[in-house]
Amino acid sequence: MQKQFDWKRYVVVFFITLGLFLTAIYISNYFSSKKLSQLQGIQDKISIDILSSETQYSLLSELSCKNVSGSILSGELNELGNKLDWSQKNIGATDEVLYLQKYYSLLQIKDYLLMKKISSRCGVKSAFILYFYTTAQNCSECEKQGIVLSSLREKYPELRVYSFDFSTDLSAVKAMLHIYKIEDTKLPAVVIDDELLTGFQSVENLESRIKESFKLQEAKPEVKSTKTS
Amino acid sequence: MNILSGIIYVFIFLSVYVQVFFLVTFLEKRKNILIRNKRIELKEYPGVTIIVPCYNEEKTIVGTINSLIDLDYPKDKLQLFIIDDGSKDDTWQIIQKFTKYENIKIFHKENGGKYTALNLGLEKTETPFLGCLDADSFVDSQALKRIITYFNDKDTMAVAPSIIVDKPKNIIQGAQKAEYDMAVYNKKMLAFLGGIHVTPGPFSIFRKEVFEDLGPYRQAHNTEDQEIALRMQENHYKIEHCPDAYVYTSTPNSVKKLYRQRLRWIYGFIRNAIDYRRLFFRKKYGTIAFFTLPSGVISVLSVVFLFIMLFFNFINFIIHKITQISAIGFHSSFSSFNFDLFFFNTKTIVFISIILYTSIIVSLLLGRRMLEGKFRVSFDVFYFVIIYSLIAPFWVLKALFNAARSRESSWILEKEVKMVKQ
Repeated sequence: MQKQFDWKRYVVVFFITLGLFLTAIYISNYFSSKKLSQLQGIQDKISIDILSSETQYSLLSELSCKNVSGSILSGELNELGNKLDWSQKNIGATDEVLYLQKYYSLLQIKDYLLMKKISSRCGVKSAFILYFYTTAQNCSECEKQGIVLSSLREKYPELRVYSFDFSTDLSAVKAMLHIYKIEDTKLPAVVIDDELLTGFQSVENLESRIKESFKLQEAKPEVKSTKTS
Repeated sequence: MNILSGIIYVFIFLSVYVQVFFLVTFLEKRKNILIRNKRIELKEYPGVTIIVPCYNEEKTIVGTINSLIDLDYPKDKLQLFIIDDGSKDDTWQIIQKFTKYENIKIFHKENGGKYTALNLGLEKTETPFLGCLDADSFVDSQALKRIITYFNDKDTMAVAPSIIVDKPKNIIQGAQKAEYDMAVYNKKMLAFLGGIHVTPGPFSIFRKEVFEDLGPYRQAHNTEDQEIALRMQENHYKIEHCPDAYVYTSTPNSVKKLYRQRLRWIYGFIRNAIDYRRLFFRKKYGTIAFFTLPSGVISVLSVVFLFIMLFFNFINFIIHKITQISAIGFHSSFSSFNFDLFFFNTKTIVFISIILYTSIIVSLLLGRRMLEGKFRVSFDVFYFVIIYSLIAPFWVLKALFNAARSRESSWILEKEVKMVKQ
């Protein structure tokens, strides 16, 4: 009894299986693009918020600090940052993700400048950390530093951490790198109160600097208020 | 890591392919699945010999023999050979009491392994049909009649039954029950395509010519029931499957025993597949060459690669945890974790895995429907998926390791023999 080779069955099954796989890939892409458009939406919202705060600030700066200090969006910015990180890990560094990341860096810089102005003029208790890392090379210190900063941010809600990927192809980020003289061989790097710290910084070290920064903040407005009065 | 995930995709693709292959066959042939619930009469009852090899089976042998005595088959056409393969317990004393039955013969021999006991039975067999029943199993009274109907086809040389787990008592046996149900479905589909690669020890019935033409059982790495099926396939002997011939078998009740059993099965499969490698992808051997044997190899390799992937993920997780602890210590945990659908993983691999698991569960339910006449979802299904995902890699890896080592050692032995000759 010679068996015949039923090649048609094998081909049909192959195409059905391929169809199932393509469906899985399609569904996955569908969700990824949905997520990215969700991110885009969040970014647009933050962008409008910042622009609005800036405008509000320019309009009202000399009159009252009360109205401006309420426009706090760091929570949203943090959430966006987390989602972008996740996207880069899970969706991959696609053009869209990289574009969103550039946009995010820009929003961070704008938020930083605005909040710095507000806090110095209105005496809002706050501390700012600029954090530079790299994803281009395998940087285990950066991962550690990221964890430290996240935990500090949780502990001190007044602390604002702005993180920048060294390899971000954006002139504004490059300008920041230039100002603070950040080199890619000395990452992770942290800037707090305009002082550059390179290499991994422990929780304790950063914590003491944050507290110092808070003290400075408290001291400043008093000086100002005496002047104006 | 990228190469590894590429390999994983290939293996998942092949695993899904196997399930789709079964499903397509099922949809095509489902009308031909014969399930009889009532007692049937045959036009004629050919003589059948059932060989029961036993080694230290004092606990189960009585049930096994009683189920054979209760078979709905004319007593003068049914011979039972009970062969004690040098048991060290009271098996020999226990089987003495069955000598009062005219159609039961008992034999005692020096211990030599199951295949030697079977071969002793083969030598004594005078009937045109024969089969064996492992002493840990017992048969449904209608099983033999239903099987014999398949021999109306002159080309059919052997018929395998449906093996069912007898009264599962814990989750290990529950998981096996689900697995065995699935195997019934797979076996029937393979039978339709002429690709059965095992004629299981419990109650597969053969025409006597099979052994007259192809020779007796071989040691075959302790899986003589795989080897004889492959030998038959090589010689284009047709093997059928009778889904409504039920054989109940007692299965390992602990992880350790299950591990030992599977190690033997998988090791046997690997060694037999190597011994019969000439069958692979040869057009004249049909389904066994293009589907059954390759899919067995795929399942072995898939398990290995999935295990490697899980292992890497686990290591990454540990490294991440260590980094976290070294950075901020144990005390601070990220308590403010918000549940957000955004972070739900939607990578392709997730959906592909869902497809794979769904296809496996569908197979399982189809098998159960063949046996019980209806779809029934039970916890067994989940026990099966979870327990086998967790522990199958260990017996597969060990079997591969053993197979590789024994190949090496037999090769070294050959070399040494050559050197001595020189």
